[in-house]
Amino acid sequence: MLLLTCPYCGVEGEETEFHNGGEAHLKRVGDGSSDADFTAYMFERKNPRGIVFERWRHVYGCGKWFHAARCAVTLEVFGTYSAQTSEPPADLIAKIRAKRPEWEATP
Amino acid sequence: MSFRLPELGLLIDRDRPLTFTFNGVPVQGFRGDTIASALMAADHRMVGRSFKFHRPRGIVASGAEEPNALMNMGEGARFEPNQRATTTEVFNGLTARSQNHWPSLGFDVGAVNNRLARFFPAGFYYKTFMKPAWAWKHLFEPFIRKSAGLGQAPTVRDADRYEYFYAYVDILVIGGGVAGLEAALEAGRSGARVLLLEQSAYFGGRFMVDDVSVDGRDGPAHIAHLLAQIEALPNVTLRARCQGAGVFDHGYALGYERLTDHAPANNTPRHRLWRIRARRILTATGALERPLSFAGNDIPGVMLAGTVRDYIRLYGVAPGARMVVVTNNDDAYRTALTLHAAGLEIPAIIDARPEGGGALAEQARALGLRIETGKGVARVNGKTRVKSVEVCRQSGTGGAVETIPCDGLAMSGGFSPVVHLWSHCGGKLAWDGANAMFVPDLARPPTNQNGEGFVIPAGSAFGALQTEACIQSAVVAARQAADEVGRSIKEEAAPRAVRRISEHPMAPIWHMPARAPYRLRAQSFLDFQNDVKVSDIDLAAREGFESVEHTKRYTTLGMATDQGKLSNINGLAVLAGALDAEIPTVGTTTFRPPYTPISLGAIAGEAAGPLFKPTRKTAIDGWHESHGAIFEPVADWRRPYAYPQAGESTQGAITREILATRGAVGLFDASTLGKIIVKGPDAGRFLDLIYTNMMSTLKPGKCRYGLMCNENGFVMDDGVVARLDDDTFLCHTTTGGAERIHAHMEEWLQTEWWDLKVFTANLTEQFTQIAVVGPRARHVLEALGGVDVSREALPFMGVTGGKLGGIDARIFRISFSGELSFEVAVPTSQGLLMWNLLLQAGAAHGITPYGTEALHVMRAEKGFVVVGDETDGTVTPHDLGMGWAVSKKKKDFIGKRGMQRSFLTARGRKQLVGLRTLSDTEKLPECAHAVEGGKAIGHVTSTYFSPTLGHPIAMALIRGGRARMGEVLDFPVGGKVHKARVVDPVFYDKEGARQNV
Repeated sequence: MLLLTCPYCGVEGEETEFHNGGEAHLKRVGDGSSDADFTAYMFERKNPRGIVFERWRHVYGCGKWFHAARCAVTLEVFGTYSAQTSEPPADLIAKIRAKRPEWEATP
Repeated sequence: MSFRLPELGLLIDRDRPLTFTFNGVPVQGFRGDTIASALMAADHRMVGRSFKFHRPRGIVASGAEEPNALMNMGEGARFEPNQRATTTEVFNGLTARSQNHWPSLGFDVGAVNNRLARFFPAGFYYKTFMKPAWAWKHLFEPFIRKSAGLGQAPTVRDADRYEYFYAYVDILVIGGGVAGLEAALEAGRSGARVLLLEQSAYFGGRFMVDDVSVDGRDGPAHIAHLLAQIEALPNVTLRARCQGAGVFDHGYALGYERLTDHAPANNTPRHRLWRIRARRILTATGALERPLSFAGNDIPGVMLAGTVRDYIRLYGVAPGARMVVVTNNDDAYRTALTLHAAGLEIPAIIDARPEGGGALAEQARALGLRIETGKGVARVNGKTRVKSVEVCRQSGTGGAVETIPCDGLAMSGGFSPVVHLWSHCGGKLAWDGANAMFVPDLARPPTNQNGEGFVIPAGSAFGALQTEACIQSAVVAARQAADEVGRSIKEEAAPRAVRRISEHPMAPIWHMPARAPYRLRAQSFLDFQNDVKVSDIDLAAREGFESVEHTKRYTTLGMATDQGKLSNINGLAVLAGALDAEIPTVGTTTFRPPYTPISLGAIAGEAAGPLFKPTRKTAIDGWHESHGAIFEPVADWRRPYAYPQAGESTQGAITREILATRGAVGLFDASTLGKIIVKGPDAGRFLDLIYTNMMSTLKPGKCRYGLMCNENGFVMDDGVVARLDDDTFLCHTTTGGAERIHAHMEEWLQTEWWDLKVFTANLTEQFTQIAVVGPRARHVLEALGGVDVSREALPFMGVTGGKLGGIDARIFRISFSGELSFEVAVPTSQGLLMWNLLLQAGAAHGITPYGTEALHVMRAEKGFVVVGDETDGTVTPHDLGMGWAVSKKKKDFIGKRGMQRSFLTARGRKQLVGLRTLSDTEKLPECAHAVEGGKAIGHVTSTYFSPTLGHPIAMALIRGGRARMGEVLDFPVGGKVHKARVVDPVFYDKEGARQNV
């Protein structure tokens, strides 16, 4: 059971306080998009063996959505950050690179 | 025979005799005995039969690793199967029954399987139960169901109570042997918060039985010394009878405390599940002795050597009067010395190592004990108890050189550190070739949220099998843990003076004798619980099962309640041998929590019965109950289904409620419907994205029906939206949808359209909402007075507010029944009062409360859909014939792109239609399928008898349904074919004249 820190209320909580919302930073495509683009948006997820960027909601807390960067293998949490961004913050990327020089961010 | 010794028995109180029953026969024991020790004292050698071959089985071990002595415990509401006799303490009145036999333990019909053993090799399930196909249902499955499973399933509700307990500590120590206690003491000195869990009833582990000397104290004295010092530390907590059951992510651990299993008491929880967060976890879980593989190693009386010492020293029980010891290591000599000291006969010590043992062997030799080196056991003779042992050369093929009569055999095949808890959360293992065992690989620990290892092994769980190394590793582990939680210990650790004993290395012996033929290998058991023999692993390897995980499933090695605690290493060594591979390259199966089975009650904790999920009740619930309502669960709420009066049937009540509502006026508690306030300058824009239809054009004071889809374009919820003012909308949702839809709105607001200036609030429980429905509804509200509810002031789909009968109220003119209808919302605190005022004001008009079934029938008469009845998560608005609710003007809304996909617009999709049965008395069964040309073409979504129309009505989703108007479809159910005509789903008042008055 993971421990995560909600970046809004600053509380470190048990995983049972939170709700996982799958891959972060999906770009929504809507009316006028091709079938392939729409299918990718709806169903195709990265699921790398390593560092993942996820959406979480502090559902039994402040109710806010946030993002977490985490290693799916070692369960190390590199950081949590606002959901109101389209890409991970640069300092977090730098932190991950420092700890995992071999890591290549998938676009 | 086995018997109680006149003295010894550290744990038992000979002044406190107890009586319990085993298979209905009274057995005497003492306080402190386990069922196993008491049975052994009474010479019950056979305690159960094996799973597959129904072979007689006896007690092998003294702790959690016991594979054979599993009991059906207790009676009735306190019955529980598969309880280990070795870890269950006896009390007066305990009842235990052996398992897996019929009709009795002594005479068992299933034992014929043993004679047929050569027909039941590894994987026989997969080979046998293949063909013909019909045999699976009629022959194989009934047979397998009858023979599958250990013990019996309880048949009545558990009478006991269980609870959770939460603990947050710096350092959790699992295991209360010498390593755990030394570690807890050292860590405790740092000031860190320390919790230590010990699974058995006593602390000290092997120190209580083995001859050791630490600082001049013997084992039990040293343990007492440690306990006394720990008790003086307020920051250290010790729990006995509490197993560290599992280690999980980020320092989460489960403890399983058995509070009353040894002394049943009322009003005390039976088990307590500890939910622990620890910054560091020390696993001081010890090591388990391994059996040796030789023919007949499962006959009652063959035991682990260390276990024999336990029964003598802890319980004062001699497992045999004349025991042979067989070993591949020095530790078993301790058993020989203990047997000798207890005055028991040892005909021989059989040591597989040509060079024999070290200092302990010298002691044995000096006592005149016969030691045979380079020898092994060719076979054990006996059926329900050991009669003799055939000794052979270990290097040979099993030609016996001597048969030694005996009544017991103590075996030791070396030790396996208990690495389970290290491994639960991803700790990796390394192979220690010298001791032929897997040990925790410190370089690859399980990691926490900071990427740091959070589990530290200590003592023999780390592979430190010798006393001095064991204590030292515990102290080192404790200091490391203290350091890592910010409680560094400055002073040096106090050194311990430990008496050293020079031991010879063990020899990895995976079969006795080394070149045993099939005949012997087919009688050498690896897994006693699942009857897996050495020959089964050989066969699996020959058949191509190279992965240890596959071999486990194919042969059942290491499955069931003991999860291979005794068998895994021996089994994979045999597999490695058969594959001609190194043991570490074959690897282990995955260690999964819990360490031993824990009760389902403990997992449920207090969340049972009414506490499993609290029932939500409206402000009017008490009135409903006192007026005879029968309730139905809707989401987490309970709602009145109908209000049958004295002598009235449920159907009668529903009919009366509908006719009264359509004829005069009905009253309905609609409070459970979701009410979400959406407020802000961008509220209209936001709701245009959330709903499929347009909301921003709604005028203040007006209501509009709204349909909501998910991004796939499938209907997810619906309800009436009221615009209260320019900035404020009140969105009604379905009863089950309130929380989900509120979360859905928040998700989109927070993660996609965070630039919109909108707030949402779920006010479902803040308001009581009461529907006043029927042609006389307006009269009732007018009788209360205070708000103009005339047709002009409050037209259909309008909303207004004011003091209705003196209470602040909001009144919506909306209708789910097709009648003139007002929904009155008041603060929940005023809900019951408003209900009573409406009843009073309506009395003259014959006002009749109605339940959810009447509501459903009336809405079906009008062809209104219910999300979850007419929809199942794969239905689009167009499938429902509700394309009118999907805006063509809006550039974007959730589901717009999804519902454009070709397969959602294709012809032949299931469409909502009405159904009119050809018979006026025969209602269509719920969920009946329409069948055409042998193919299912759709199903009934709602079906009722309509009292208004005097005949049954139904709705259904039928392939190409709207083009089938007038067709008669077949609905075969249970041998009968119901026939119904496809009709428009609106059965009543299609033009809406009744609601618009």
